[in-house]
Amino acid sequence: MLSYTLKRLLQAIPTMLFVITISFFLMRIAPGGPFDGERALPPEIEANLMAAYHLDEPLPMQYVRYMGNLLQGDFGPSFKYKDFSVTQLIMQGFPVSLEIGGLAILLALLLGLPLGVIAALKRNSIIDYLVMGTALAGVAIPNFVIAPILALVFGVLLAWLPAGGWNGGALPNLVLPVIALSIQQLAYIARMMRASMIEVLSSHYIRTARAKGLAESQVIWRHALRPALLPVTSYLGPAVAGIVTGSVVIEQIFGIPGIGRYFVQGALNRDYTLVMGTVVFYGALIVLMNLLVDLLYSALDPQIRHDD
Amino acid sequence: MFTHLFTRTALLVGLLVGAAHGAPAAVLQVGNGSEPGSLDPQKTNGVWESRITLALFERLVTYAADGSLTPGLAESWTISDDGTTYTFDLRQAEWSDGTPITADDAVFALRRLLKPAIANHNANLYYPIENARAVNTGEAKPSELGVSAPDDHTLVIQLDNPTAYFLQALAMTEAAPLPQHLIEKAGDEWAKPGTMVSSGAFTLQEWRPQAHVKIKQNPHFYNADAVSLDGVTFYPTGDASAALNRFRAGDLDISYTKVPTARSDWVKNNLGDSLRVGAKVGEYFYMFNLRDGQPLADERVREALNLAVRRKVITKQILGMGQHASHWYVPRGTENGTQGSLDFAEQPMKQRLTRAKRLMREAGYGPDNPLHVTLRYNTLESHKKIAVAVAAMWKPLGVEVELLNAEATVHFAAINEGDFEIARYGMIATINDPYDFLNAYAEDGSAQRSTGYHNDDYDALLKRSTQELDTERRTELMTQAEQMLLDDYALLPLYDYVSAHLVTPEVKGWQTTVLDVHPLRYIHLED
Repeated sequence: MLSYTLKRLLQAIPTMLFVITISFFLMRIAPGGPFDGERALPPEIEANLMAAYHLDEPLPMQYVRYMGNLLQGDFGPSFKYKDFSVTQLIMQGFPVSLEIGGLAILLALLLGLPLGVIAALKRNSIIDYLVMGTALAGVAIPNFVIAPILALVFGVLLAWLPAGGWNGGALPNLVLPVIALSIQQLAYIARMMRASMIEVLSSHYIRTARAKGLAESQVIWRHALRPALLPVTSYLGPAVAGIVTGSVVIEQIFGIPGIGRYFVQGALNRDYTLVMGTVVFYGALIVLMNLLVDLLYSALDPQIRHDD
Repeated sequence: MFTHLFTRTALLVGLLVGAAHGAPAAVLQVGNGSEPGSLDPQKTNGVWESRITLALFERLVTYAADGSLTPGLAESWTISDDGTTYTFDLRQAEWSDGTPITADDAVFALRRLLKPAIANHNANLYYPIENARAVNTGEAKPSELGVSAPDDHTLVIQLDNPTAYFLQALAMTEAAPLPQHLIEKAGDEWAKPGTMVSSGAFTLQEWRPQAHVKIKQNPHFYNADAVSLDGVTFYPTGDASAALNRFRAGDLDISYTKVPTARSDWVKNNLGDSLRVGAKVGEYFYMFNLRDGQPLADERVREALNLAVRRKVITKQILGMGQHASHWYVPRGTENGTQGSLDFAEQPMKQRLTRAKRLMREAGYGPDNPLHVTLRYNTLESHKKIAVAVAAMWKPLGVEVELLNAEATVHFAAINEGDFEIARYGMIATINDPYDFLNAYAEDGSAQRSTGYHNDDYDALLKRSTQELDTERRTELMTQAEQMLLDDYALLPLYDYVSAHLVTPEVKGWQTTVLDVHPLRYIHLED
């Protein structure tokens, strides 16, 4: 297992190098620069800005400079958020994104899994239709629609919870963003769990277990649940990465100081170093999540081993 | 007896607890739009940043509650007869750490502002100072800048030429004296919470990026007794609907985030007491590419396009926030305002359309031979609505418009490179003076470089106006320059901007101002 993990980590190096290089040059090719604004700057001022950020150097030299700094763990200064380095911004934003993302995925699992199992067990019943109908709506309605509705209803009209703001991560401030962020994942997980459970329940060994006279609860808990969890597990890696990195809209709507906002704002402002920093960070996160899921998968399914 | 003793003890404890807590702190909650990029006043460039830095750093000349100029750290000043030597008499004041503020701090700040490495966006506003341009381009040392401090409380600034707007530039956040004793010690880290030392009515308390910036009252401020607020918390509120929700929920006392266009009627009907609309020194116009070979190089076409636009339809029916339809370039609310105007402004629309069609025919265009032009605008619902409406207004002239939408960075990059035919543009004043607008179309100005406009007479008039010391005569010269620009149909003005903010009725002392500055030291919260 250790050698497999090391091998996978080594394989990640060329992947990351490719991602960094492509992102670096794509950012520079994109029209518009970090100092293009409503009022064009006088040439002398623009020259000062370009020199301050080494943008007046030839592109290959900028690339070499960037890679050199990166190897020393330095993402460089942000062009827009000048009082902070990109590393500082990521380190401040990531725990926040991780907190709401982690809670959202936890909520999605805690509710999605049992709902999926119930729907599978009560297949084609009113409960099944109700759960799957709601899940379909959850998948179909994007969170940029759900989030403002939640803020309006629970924040403004009922005034039960704050309509936005972080407040140091106080519980009332967490509730709405976590719900908004988890709804789509919850719906996916419930649908996936139902399908997977139905498939497992119709397999031969479950029929054999039932034929042996095992109680239905034992059949489900001991024999069906674990294999049924496999597809959900493999979905978990991209889901966790997606929920942590993809909470941009939620962070924007609820005013949450997470990392997602830096990525979008960095891209819009052509803040090259900030975009590169978040891309490298996200890339590493996705590679890591996929590796963790593979390891978890092998723990759940004894047929899969990575000892080679 | 025991009950009596218990009651008295309880009362005493209650009183002590009450005294310890004192009156509830008056902390203003502000939805500030974007996240500040920096709190170093010389590294900021956005209005959302200067809202904070103006409260932290007092300038020699500062803004009164109504946005007019008033003495700040300089108690008084004199200007030499030839308009080139400014002598400031600084008041007794202290930094928030108790160190005296001296004229050396002002000299230090102006030299730092013009250093190339600081890369200040507005450094060119200070080029009238002797040697400023050379310092900013690295051709002269900062010590050669025309600023000096004969003693601790006297500052002398030497200009190359008289510059009417110079005091306006000194009121800006980048011109604030800075704590030399701290910056020399802490370097780039000086503007961080826990390190920053400030001179304004407030000091920095906490900055959590993307969450909030907290400032608190500065007891060392020279006029601290007159400051009512205990503190202010600024929240980045980029999403317009979310900001409106937070304001409605009572989380924000002031929201500077734009009201969503689609919700403007609802806001007017339901939050009328809180909606504060006021004139703003800003102009929304369409820029023409005037270079040879471009369809808009023909003045007849530019005149025709100007004639056919019903500006009031845009301000009343599309925007509806009190914007003022304009037939001029310099917004009417500008101090020392000009009075230029497109000559047809008062003509009936029918007459204008007849003339427009004739001009287009003369230029060789009509329904049989339509003029194909592209109109660029940056992504925003109201820009799109206006572009669609204007394209429809031009249709009867035989003009086929292709709309090109792009995100702001791409849009402005294209304009800066002259890669457009007609482009949406908005100019918000940096300083409250017509020169700020007119200079853009003068030689080497930003609009001149984008559009290729060139008029020697215009340049000469504008130059003369900057050196004119008599205010009325100066305004007259600038009006002549503006009229020249309009007679050339160099652009298509649409409307004067307004500021529209949400302010709860409990906030007192807040005024609409043409520069959209609202000094926090004059604001108080009503119980």
